[in-house]
Order: sequence, then C-alpha cells, then structure tokens
Amino acid sequence: MSELLIRGGTLVDPANRVHGQRDILIRAGVIVAVVEAGAPLDAAEATLVDANGLLVLPGLIDMHVHLREPGYEYKETVETGTRAAVAGGFTAVACMANTNPVNDSGAVTEYIRDRAAAAGLARVYPIGAVSKGLRGEELAEIGEMHRAGIVAASDDGMPIIDGALMRRALEYTAMFGLPVIVHEEDRAIAAGGVMNEGALSLRLGLKGMPAAAEEAMIARDLALLAHSGGRLHVAHLSTAGAVDLVRDAKRRGLSVTAEVTAHHFMLTEAAVEGYNTDAKMNPPLRTPEDVAAVRRGLADGTIDVIASDHAPHHRDEKDVEFDQAANGIVGLETTLPLALRMAEEAGIGLDILVAAMSCNPARILGVPGGNLAAGSVADVTLVDPRRRWTVEPGRFHSKGRSTPFAGMEMQGQAMLTIVEGRVVWRAGGAESGKVAAA
Amino acid sequence: MPFTERHLLGLEGISREQLSVLLDTARSFKEISERDIKKVPTLRGKTIVSLFYEASTRTRASFEIAAKRMSADFVSLSSATSSTTKGETLLDTARNLSAMRPDAIILRHAASGAPHFLAARVDCPIINAGDGAHEHPTQALLDLLTIHEHKGRLDGLTVAIVGDILHSRVARSNLFALRTLGAHVRLVGPPTLLPTELRSWAETTHDLHAGVQDADVIMMLRIQLERQGRNFFPTVDEYSRYFCLTERAVARAKPDVIILHPGPMNRGVEIASDVADGRCSVIMDQVTNGIAVRMAVLFLLVNRAKAEPKAEPAAAEVARPAAPERRLRRRAG
Repeated sequence: MSELLIRGGTLVDPANRVHGQRDILIRAGVIVAVVEAGAPLDAAEATLVDANGLLVLPGLIDMHVHLREPGYEYKETVETGTRAAVAGGFTAVACMANTNPVNDSGAVTEYIRDRAAAAGLARVYPIGAVSKGLRGEELAEIGEMHRAGIVAASDDGMPIIDGALMRRALEYTAMFGLPVIVHEEDRAIAAGGVMNEGALSLRLGLKGMPAAAEEAMIARDLALLAHSGGRLHVAHLSTAGAVDLVRDAKRRGLSVTAEVTAHHFMLTEAAVEGYNTDAKMNPPLRTPEDVAAVRRGLADGTIDVIASDHAPHHRDEKDVEFDQAANGIVGLETTLPLALRMAEEAGIGLDILVAAMSCNPARILGVPGGNLAAGSVADVTLVDPRRRWTVEPGRFHSKGRSTPFAGMEMQGQAMLTIVEGRVVWRAGGAESGKVAAA
Repeated sequence: MPFTERHLLGLEGISREQLSVLLDTARSFKEISERDIKKVPTLRGKTIVSLFYEASTRTRASFEIAAKRMSADFVSLSSATSSTTKGETLLDTARNLSAMRPDAIILRHAASGAPHFLAARVDCPIINAGDGAHEHPTQALLDLLTIHEHKGRLDGLTVAIVGDILHSRVARSNLFALRTLGAHVRLVGPPTLLPTELRSWAETTHDLHAGVQDADVIMMLRIQLERQGRNFFPTVDEYSRYFCLTERAVARAKPDVIILHPGPMNRGVEIASDVADGRCSVIMDQVTNGIAVRMAVLFLLVNRAKAEPKAEPAAAEVARPAAPERRLRRRAG
C-alpha cells in the first residue's frame, strides 16, 4: 500500500489548533500519524516528501466554481476544471448547477460525479438547482439530487426573485441538512447594470447596478431565514452593507454563512476603466471602501469562506463590447496567491485563511477534509509561500483565459496537491530535492 | 502646437491645448463652406469609412459632407441590425474593415466603449460619433466652437446643461471639455436623471430657473420620449412643466444668453418653439459649425496618421484600454 511521509513542513491545521513544524505520514489515503518534526515514525516503505520551507495545509476546498459540463464543454469540462483546481492547490470543488441541462435532477448529478471520477483529479461536489431549470418557479427534486450526492442547493447566477419560493427552499432543504447558496441581486433594482453604480459608471456611460440591489436581497433572505429556519450561505458578497447585514444576522444567531471571492477582496471597480471586459462580473467589482469592508469581514469571522467563483468563458464571449460581454472570470489558478497577498496586506493570520479556504467550506458543505488530524482523509496541499510567478493566462490549465490579473506578479504557489493520499499535482520546475521524490 | 491624439474617442482627458488646436483648425475650415465651390483637395485619395450601428441623420450627413468637402472617398455603412441581435461581431467587422486599409473610421454604436474596443484592434484613427451614454465628442466640439464664436471665450462662462444628464453622451462630452477650458458648469434636471455623483464635477440643481440664473449659455438636451414609462419621470407633460425652456426661464439668464440644442428637438417638450426659433437661439449655427468641426477632426487625425504611421500612442491618450492592447499584440505576435 502506498505511503507518503511529508517531512520538514510547517503545518497549518486550524481545526486542531496546530501551527508549527510537523511531519505527516499518509497510508492508504488516510493520515495515520502527525508528529513533531524529526520524531521517529514507522515509515520504512514511505515515499519521502521534503517539505522544508513549505506550508502543509489541509486540502483547499473551493465551494464556488462553474465546471460548465454538461452542455458548455467549449468553456470548460470537469477534467480541465479539476486540472485547474489541483494546479491551484484545491483538492475539492463544489460546482454550480447552471449547466445545460441544468443540474436539477439526480441523473445530471450522477453524470457530473462520473465525469469527476473519470478525471481522477480533485473531488467534485455537485450543487443542485433550487428550482427546476433555474427558472425560479418551482422547486427542483432536491431529495433525488441529495440521494445522488449534492452538497447544497443553489440557483447561482440567477437570484431567486420569488420570496415565497425562497422561503420554501430554506424550509425544504432543512430536511436534508443542505445549505441554500444564494446569488443576491434584486434584478429590478440592478436594472440591467453592467458594473458597480457610482461616479465611474457615470463617467464611462455604463449602466450601473447599485450596492442596494445586493443588500436588499440579502436583507429579505435574512428575514426569511429568521422566520423559516434552514441554512443560508451568501455567495460572493461584495459590499460593505452586505458585510454589515451578515455580521448583524450572525450576532442574532441566524444560521447564515458568507463567502467572498478573491477579485472582490483584491480589486475595485477601477479595473473596469478602458472598458476591460476581464473586469466584468456579477456582482460587480465595487469601491475601495467595499474592499476594506470585506477584508474586515474575513478578519472578524463575518465572512467564512474564500471562493473563486471560477467562471470560464470562451474568448469570443469576452472579446466584445462591454455591454455584451459575459460575466465572470477564471479563478482556480490565482485564488491561493491572491489570498496570501490579501492576508499579508490586511494582517490576517494564516489560520483564518486556511479556515476560509478549507475548514469552513468542509463544515458548511458537510464534506470530508479541512482537517489534518490522524484518522482524517489525506487531502493535503503543500504551498511554497515565497515562490514568485507571473500570471500568464495562456498557461492556465482551465480552458478559460479571462482574468484581470494577467501579467500580475504572484507570490505563493501550490507545489503538491494530494487527494486521498494520491499526488494529483506537482508544480513544474520545483527545485531539485524539494518535493521531487513524490 | 501639433495635434498628438491618435483617435478621437472622447473629450475626457483631452488637454486645453489639444482642444484649442481642434477649434482653431475648425475655424480655419469654416470659410471653405462659404465658397461657391465647396471643395478642397486636402484629403484626396483618402478613404473614410462611417459605421453607424444607431440611426442618425444629421451626424452622419455632417461627417459625409465634411469628408467630401475635403475630397476624401466616403463609404457609409449602417447596420440595420441592432447591436443585440446576432450578426457579425464588432471584432470581425473591425478586422474586415481594417483589412481594407481605411484612413479613418467613424463609429456610432449603442454600447459605451465600442470605439475604444475598435481603436485597440485596428490600425487607423477611430472617431467616436456617439457611443451609448458615454461621449459624443464632435457634438461637444461644435458646441464649443459655437459658444466661442458668440462669446469670444469659454473661460469663466457659466453654462447650464438641462435635461437627461444620466443618459446623455452630449452632456458628458461637454462637461469634460467645458471643465478643461475653465467654464463653470451647472447641470439641471430631475433627481432621477441627475445622479448625486455628478456633484463632484459640477453644480447641480433640480430647479430650472435657479439653474439658468445669470447663465451665459443654456444647453438643452433632447428628452428621450421612450424614457416615459420607465419611471424617470411620470409623463412628458409633467417633465415639460418643470424643465421646458420657456421665454420666462430665459429671462432669468444673462441678457446676451445663447441657447443650444443638439437636435433633434422635441418642440414644446424640452424647449418652447418661440425659444428655439428666437433671437437667443444659435441652433442653426451649431449645425453649420458641425461641418467645420468634423472637417478639422478628419484632417488632423488622417494627416497625423500619415505623418507618423508607427507612432507610439501619446501619453495623453488616457482612454486607450490597456488590456485589449495586450491582446492585440499577442495576436500580432
């Protein structure tokens, strides 16, 4: 049976309050021992991984990606998407239901899981649609999808306009313990906007969508949550007001969690300048005050999760007039270094970062991982926090190329990604000796 | 002072000196239109393409006349298909046009930023003839020329711009250029069409009479009748009750006030007929000046492109998008 001994690394395992030099022994897909660095281990058969200078993290989990399969294989497939995931340090991803056909049935859920098994890279957790066809009219067969393996329900991409449907969704999913993940946008208030509403949208002559469009919907759903029970997870929140709403709801004891994307904590609407469609997404990039607020929200625990909202598109869907360009950018291969940079800038500790990228997603979705204690599943990410590299979209493993971070210098890279004890990614050009043995 | 802009995408960020070159050149071209034979050989052998994705009568005619008075060959393309219906993409159109080696492309498009998109992908100068709610630089230039003719200056003038500021590309271009040239701008309209963010650029008011008080210039904007029913204002009748420029309102302005309107006018809606046709109106001067301004723009851009075919973009070209440029280079390489 295959064994891996990861030696000399710095373990960051917030679930077990460990942050320091430890060696890890993996056997048969399970972590069998975690010991002080250099302590004796019965590991004569083990392949040695020299993790000197590396961070050893519980496998990162990205709970908000679009893998586009079935139906939009020209944008991304489960295979290319999970290849991008493991290259970015993610051992698991949860994929949204806006495929074609929509993942609103057990058959589609099973198809996605089959594709993931065939790819054999990251774990893939399908998220089922809340409503049939994402039409926002009637509930999808959430029980059937639950049996097929969904970990959450979401109409992501589409806000749930009908408040009564939202109420029933919160109530019904509670039967399965599933969270409802929401894209919060009052479409009437957003009124066809293509960027954040403010002085810049006015100057560029682009239609804006105000922060109020996001906040009004969050306020509604928090009121429903208080009334109906269930679990609410607010996807990609982007405004200072949204952070305040979630903070207040948590204080009141509501069962709500929240997520922020790397682009929303790293960029402002200024990236749109020059009609840059690589900066077009929904929710849109906001103001410096909003960026500061989401960073504070991460620091104080209001925001539980960092996700990529990896949304690959074909070049032809982005290389058009700004109004017509598709929303979304790729993120699986840039989220980790951006999170490291943000944490350093904002003075956020690695423990919070790892919790937001591994432990909390695992807890919210009820999936394995987020834990490096002996007996845990051996999903592990080794990160070189000092390695510098430049974002070249042409070298992405994802089919998507659209990113506002093109050309940007990054620091930090996943060197080795291990899923259930199996090495699924090894960074090219790793220094000899380092990580090489695996 | 040479003209250094490679394109005319908007007036934001165009320096006072460059605006002066444009206006001085336009003034020198006015005389040509007064001649018996209204044609000079200045742009003989040059091909100007106009590409209109939105309906336009006067702007397109004005560009065509301007090009022809300078002996350029003028090719006029208009797309019956709206930008949202599926047809050839703007990128493909741009590549095809570029392959025909025009000397300038004039673009009108419903999407803000469409000329910037084109400018990053073709080799010739792009002239923005109106992009969405963004800018309409040649309209503002002809407004500036008209104001300067009547007032002898722009610096220190009080200019009231009245109407649908939110959706108006004419208002934006004028606002940017008037500020650069030292005019004092007041924006007047209902709060639904006058976002509060405008206060960082100009004085704003919802009161027409206060807005035109002691103004040297009143610039009326066309109200889009289709905005009715989308709750920017209840009805056209109510809009005109508050914002129609009447003789009574004009009386609040300076005695020598001039009144501009980019056309086409909704008589009795945003401007009373007796004002539109009255002694203060310079609306027909605007139309005449439109030819001279467009001659100047074509002349300066086409000649500059000829003189420095491989010139690096000037530092002043702030509007040129960075990312598409990168893409273009990659494709080329």
